[in-house]
Amino acid sequence: MAILEILKYPDPRLKNESEPVTEFNGKLDDFIADLDETMNASLGGVGIAAPQVGHFQRIVIVDVSSKKKIKHHGYMILVNPEITEWDGFEMGREGCMSVPDYTGNVVRATKIHLIAQNAAGETQEYDMEGYEARAVQHELDHLDGLLFIDRLVSRRRDLFQRKVYQKKSKE
Amino acid sequence: MSQWFMLTLVGKDQAGIVAQTTTALYEQGCNLGEASMLRLGGNFTMMLMIEFQGTSETLDKQLQPLADKLQLKLHFDPIEGELHHHQQSDVVITVHGADRAGIVSQVTTKLADAGLNIIDLASDVGGNAENPFYIMQIEGTATQGLDRLEQALQALQQSDLKVTMTPVDTMVM
Repeated sequence: MAILEILKYPDPRLKNESEPVTEFNGKLDDFIADLDETMNASLGGVGIAAPQVGHFQRIVIVDVSSKKKIKHHGYMILVNPEITEWDGFEMGREGCMSVPDYTGNVVRATKIHLIAQNAAGETQEYDMEGYEARAVQHELDHLDGLLFIDRLVSRRRDLFQRKVYQKKSKE
Repeated sequence: MSQWFMLTLVGKDQAGIVAQTTTALYEQGCNLGEASMLRLGGNFTMMLMIEFQGTSETLDKQLQPLADKLQLKLHFDPIEGELHHHQQSDVVITVHGADRAGIVSQVTTKLADAGLNIIDLASDVGGNAENPFYIMQIEGTATQGLDRLEQALQALQQSDLKVTMTPVDTMVM
């Protein structure tokens, strides 16, 4: 096991497109263990994609279970993931281990349907929403060489979903 | 030795202010840092961090021909600048209502008392001369927690202002 080095923007390798995983073996398990250790070494990180450590295969790990009061699927290893359905959109603020000292607003689908293989190569399907769906969309972008800074929307004049703390007006 | 300066610039808005100003600075050997540039009431405004190996007097002198040509007011102040130390906001507060004097003072005083450190504030006057409205978006960090801020804002709910507070949950991946 090892903590791998995270590529940081403007490293051009972050623009590489990753290749599908075709062999599910001990080598893949070893890499996933390292990727997991690297993700856990970062404070508050809820996901990581293989290309962030310079390994250009379609593998991501997402685990938003540390967040309170949200729906989630716990710890997920997603190999060759594909989003097959999108529904709704909302804005949220994102940061990335590969883009230090910068955060920005990004619009993502609210709900997605996802098909992915696990580390053993078995196909799994997920319906997810909100924070977890955002995390998955962010990580899948890495597999196509995209960073959240490629999808920024205005920081001012933003469109946050105002569903929390909103009070009834007096009328 | 290089030093950070803050350029403050105001002038009647016209095309080319940013291009010509930054070109003049580049030609003097300046490196630019963080910036805010905005059109306000028909004026173009800039707050711009500049790294320069020299004095503000030199910059003043070198930029004067451009300032004269474009009718810009500008000045440079030496500052203690540093990059790569952004503070992350954890809350966005929006306020709007019929325009009147005192909105910003009233709201931000309550917020400051409840521990809000403002990182970004943008406000505007919309509507028309007969019915102007004021709208303001504030981002900041709640140094005493979001609950304190929420309590502070509750008092304002009964005023003529519509106030909304949304936590900013930055997802880091």
